[in-house]
Amino acid sequence: MAMEKTLYRELPTTGPLWAAAVLLGAFLLGGLAAFAYTHHHGHAVTGMTNQVVWGLPHVFAIFLIVSASGALNAASIASVFGHAPYKPIARLSAVLAMSLLVGGLAVLVLDLGRPDRLIVAMTRYNFSSIFAWNVLLYTGFLAVVAAYLFVQMSRVPYGWVRTVGTAAFLWRLALTTGTGSIFGWLVARPGYDAAIMAPLFIAMSFSFGLAVFILVLAALFRLSGRKIGRMMYRRLGGLLAIFAAAVLYFTAVQHLTALYAAEHAGIERFILRDGGIYTWLFWLVQVGIGGLAPIALIYLPRFGNSAAEPILASVLVIVGGLAQVYVIVVGGQAYPMELFPGYEASSPFFDGTVSAYAPSLTELGLGLGGVALALLAVGVAAKVLRVLPTNLMDANVPGND
Amino acid sequence: MTCTQKPAAPTRRDILKSGAAMATLQLAPGVTLMAFGGSEAQAAADAGKRWGLLIDAGKCAEGCSACVTACADENGWKGKGDAERDAQWIRKVTLKNKATGRTSELPVMCQHCESPPCVDVCPTGASFKRKDGIVLVDKHICIGCRYCMMACPFKARSFVHEPVTNQKTHAPRGVGTVEGCTLCVHRIDAGRIPACVEACAATGNGAMVFGDLRDPESEISRRLAEYPSLTLRPDLDLNQGVRYAEI
Repeated sequence: MAMEKTLYRELPTTGPLWAAAVLLGAFLLGGLAAFAYTHHHGHAVTGMTNQVVWGLPHVFAIFLIVSASGALNAASIASVFGHAPYKPIARLSAVLAMSLLVGGLAVLVLDLGRPDRLIVAMTRYNFSSIFAWNVLLYTGFLAVVAAYLFVQMSRVPYGWVRTVGTAAFLWRLALTTGTGSIFGWLVARPGYDAAIMAPLFIAMSFSFGLAVFILVLAALFRLSGRKIGRMMYRRLGGLLAIFAAAVLYFTAVQHLTALYAAEHAGIERFILRDGGIYTWLFWLVQVGIGGLAPIALIYLPRFGNSAAEPILASVLVIVGGLAQVYVIVVGGQAYPMELFPGYEASSPFFDGTVSAYAPSLTELGLGLGGVALALLAVGVAAKVLRVLPTNLMDANVPGND
Repeated sequence: MTCTQKPAAPTRRDILKSGAAMATLQLAPGVTLMAFGGSEAQAAADAGKRWGLLIDAGKCAEGCSACVTACADENGWKGKGDAERDAQWIRKVTLKNKATGRTSELPVMCQHCESPPCVDVCPTGASFKRKDGIVLVDKHICIGCRYCMMACPFKARSFVHEPVTNQKTHAPRGVGTVEGCTLCVHRIDAGRIPACVEACAATGNGAMVFGDLRDPESEISRRLAEYPSLTLRPDLDLNQGVRYAEI
């Protein structure tokens, strides 16, 4: 049977599409309301304290930013590594990468103590700060991926797509290295201060970003009445399982290395054994639900072929990913810093004690608002730009020959 | 008189750079320096000095919190009773030696590191170190990202969680920004000693000594030369301005 040419068309207007837009719009408004409330009253209305200074908004922001980098997987595989079956989904991959980054940055900025001073952050750079570098890496990523999308959608020789795609691929590696190094370069806290944070975050980006991509692809196709073939799901699912395994590997190396050093025994005992919520989140949600379960779902033969499995695996990876970022961000702060090795310390400022953190509704609202912004942006882009193919049935997807 | 004290950027800075700084410094009040941000506060500093504290835990009396109260009064950061969110520029820490059971107490505040992690990580340069070693936050360009709080190994910084009123003119505070011990820079620039040190001396304990670490004849340098002392987290090699003895 002759294969049809891949046709990219704007999403048709359907009832379910509108319903999804309204729902996301509601979450976006909720996020803005949460921001306005916090900005008016100060961060006293959040769950954050002087001990846990980055809370749930940072978990969402970092998850979205890390996922943004990984959402570019499909495009990179198509144009950098030359795998033809990924070409029809490469445009969406670029659009989603930008949308997720914008969503994550919005949460990060709106959670600042002084979001009105964003212009200060954009104009004054302390180049010894990885945060300042990240401002450049994030804005540069948006520019490079926008150019990447442009050349994909233009009638330019394919060499251009490969060149710009390679630049975007290298940029995303730098971006996630920068995000991981926010923690990796923190010498003060025993839960961070490790070079492995950068590659760990890159592995996380591959996994979380692909999971979000699979769900967004499936949702947009379903909402617009288009079809995806079984092979496409299988291909993406297989890749997701590999990336989920990579995250488990780097996580294992991270903790085994720390366990070897006596000075890190305290934080490791906390995360792995005695940390209560953090221990549960680590073993049950991050490792079990977010790591082992999706891998089993994809690879075990008695499951295997249904399209629902990569979708379920993606949901599990996202749940596990949020737990992982929560354990890193909040768990790493909850464990007390050791100012006085060899002594038991106590003070009215919570020296030597595990800090409590209970996320507030406003923080959840802000975080979900960022997710809604990212999803709404990708939906709007797919509605007005020709980023999605009309058909991803197996017979329509180009082969690797 | 106040008019002549107001800094008029380039010419004045040139004079300061030329080394004729001291006389001008004594005149410049902390309120002007702090309110006008980093460059002005920087201009008041004398690069020939390194201000520091020596805290003798052996003399720090159990249950005494005169230094903490004095700091809160001086700089106006007294909280509302929400221990988790109230600012805490200086705190008393009780230590119990795990091996011997011996207990001691000491105050912990910004350690005014020579290589401050808070300054390294601050994206905008709001966290900065003066030439005389005092580490400060420029409240005008702090965006409230709180990365310095993540980076500080001593929990020395607080985030202002709620709008503040009745601030001291020499220690401006602002909701959504980060703050910490200034070593009472406004006092130092006026030739006085930090409020905590003064209060500690007034109790008769005399557990805190303030002075110039670069001056071998200063009391702090002489004491440091005389008996053993240490910095917190020496593994980080930050060369703090605050030293401890008899922990």
